[in-house]
Amino acid sequence: MLNYFQRLGVTSLSVLERLGRASIFLCKIIRYTPGVLLRVRLLAAQIYSVGVLSFSIIIISGLFIGMVLALQGYYTLSDFGAEEALGVVVAASLVRELGPVVAALLFAGRAGSALTAEIGLMKATEQLSGMEMMAVDPMARIVTPRFLAGFISMPLLASVFSAVGVLGGYFIGVGLLGIDEGSFWSQMQAKVDFHQDIMNGLIKSVLFGWVVTWIAVFEGYDAIPTSEGVSRATTRTVVNSAFAILLLDFILTALMFGGV
Amino acid sequence: MLESVSDNTLVKIRDVHFSRGSKMIFDGVDMDIERGKITAIMGPSGTGKTTLLKIIGGQLRPSKGLVEVDGANVHRLKNAQLYQLRKRMGVLFQSGALLTDINVFDNVAFPIREHTNLSESMIRSLVLMKLHAVGLRGARDLMPSELSGGMARRVAMARAIALDPMMIMYDEPFTGQDPISMGVLVQLIRSLNEALGLTSIVISHDIKETCAIADYIYIVSSGKVVEQGTPKQLASSESEWVQQFLQGKPDGPVPFHYESKSYANDLLGIE
Repeated sequence: MLNYFQRLGVTSLSVLERLGRASIFLCKIIRYTPGVLLRVRLLAAQIYSVGVLSFSIIIISGLFIGMVLALQGYYTLSDFGAEEALGVVVAASLVRELGPVVAALLFAGRAGSALTAEIGLMKATEQLSGMEMMAVDPMARIVTPRFLAGFISMPLLASVFSAVGVLGGYFIGVGLLGIDEGSFWSQMQAKVDFHQDIMNGLIKSVLFGWVVTWIAVFEGYDAIPTSEGVSRATTRTVVNSAFAILLLDFILTALMFGGV
Repeated sequence: MLESVSDNTLVKIRDVHFSRGSKMIFDGVDMDIERGKITAIMGPSGTGKTTLLKIIGGQLRPSKGLVEVDGANVHRLKNAQLYQLRKRMGVLFQSGALLTDINVFDNVAFPIREHTNLSESMIRSLVLMKLHAVGLRGARDLMPSELSGGMARRVAMARAIALDPMMIMYDEPFTGQDPISMGVLVQLIRSLNEALGLTSIVISHDIKETCAIADYIYIVSSGKVVEQGTPKQLASSESEWVQQFLQGKPDGPVPFHYESKSYANDLLGIE
């Protein structure tokens, strides 16, 4: 029993210590942010690597999610004779929930893991150490631009995901299942609220982008500089990001839509 | 040498202690690195030679002791001051530590672009001059993955001298090199030191090559400087340990066998 409490204490302390280090790390990133924002080329290169290269997975996944939503939604709505509301169901599900959450999960798998592996390998091959000795701070040159790129890209990717998903829903609903095109779009316009639905979805994706990129760059920078250490850090990025996204999503949904 | 410290000392190390966890790495190390000279720090693997290099560069902090570079106490400097000092120090890492996502030219240009506002045409000329000095002007478009180990180190050398530093620290520059690459590196360290008026610190355990270029050698073992002197003085050292190290004898004060119980008892299973 005593051992159990001892282990619990050790684990808790280690988690708290890691959280503390991650927070200090985030403070440093914030400190370097103004300088990095002025280096437009550096930031643009990272936005390309983190955001643009994630585009294809986001578009393909968004399209299929929208199509599946339309199929599932149609068969449920048809029981109540409310097929015309399919546009609302697809759009509201995407902009409120699935867009930000699924895009963030995909982003964590595609870009987050790549960020961790890249920074971890740079550490393992002494590139970060070499930079420090060249009087170039890796926090300013490597970490902060990547963090900002993820932070900027994520809401854009989530928006693209939702937009493509709505198009997927349209192809299935109107093209395949024969729902009236006018009803599909007009009901969507009437029922999906800009502030309540779209802005709240956007706020979610901004926060998901912040948390996923924070986890990814921290895990890379904190990785044990061996191949096994980098591999573990990459796994931790994907797993911790998924947990963080889902937990944060629950909290945000409760605050935004749950009347809490 | 320590008694006759002069203004000519660029790096002063006094009573440096450093440990990792419970393992003591340095237990009171004293050294003086003279300006314009090539000073070698030698010792068996795992004695903390690379750690010493990181302590000099301010990447690691000793638990006790003083490290001064060009009169500045490295571990008392503020971050910005330390970075200013590092601009005048070049380091050649064992792996080369080239940035793998950019080519040779951009690797050498990296510190110049980061620290100066020179025009691209000026940067081009500077980079080509540095690459020419290490014989790799023709390799400027290659990626680091296309370089041999020796070439990677030469590119790293060109990058280390990009900002015309006052000193360069070489971490195991000869390890894993074929004889030709080794010869090229030996000659480059010597010629760069003379041509650019540098101060060089070479960390190595390649006896022949290091003795050929070093003006002064420190031998470190078990956390202390066990011997020091010019290559000639070391060759005539009376220390059995130093002779074993310099001649690469498999047995001596450093035994061939790891400490263990009696061989006979071990075979017979007697505790």
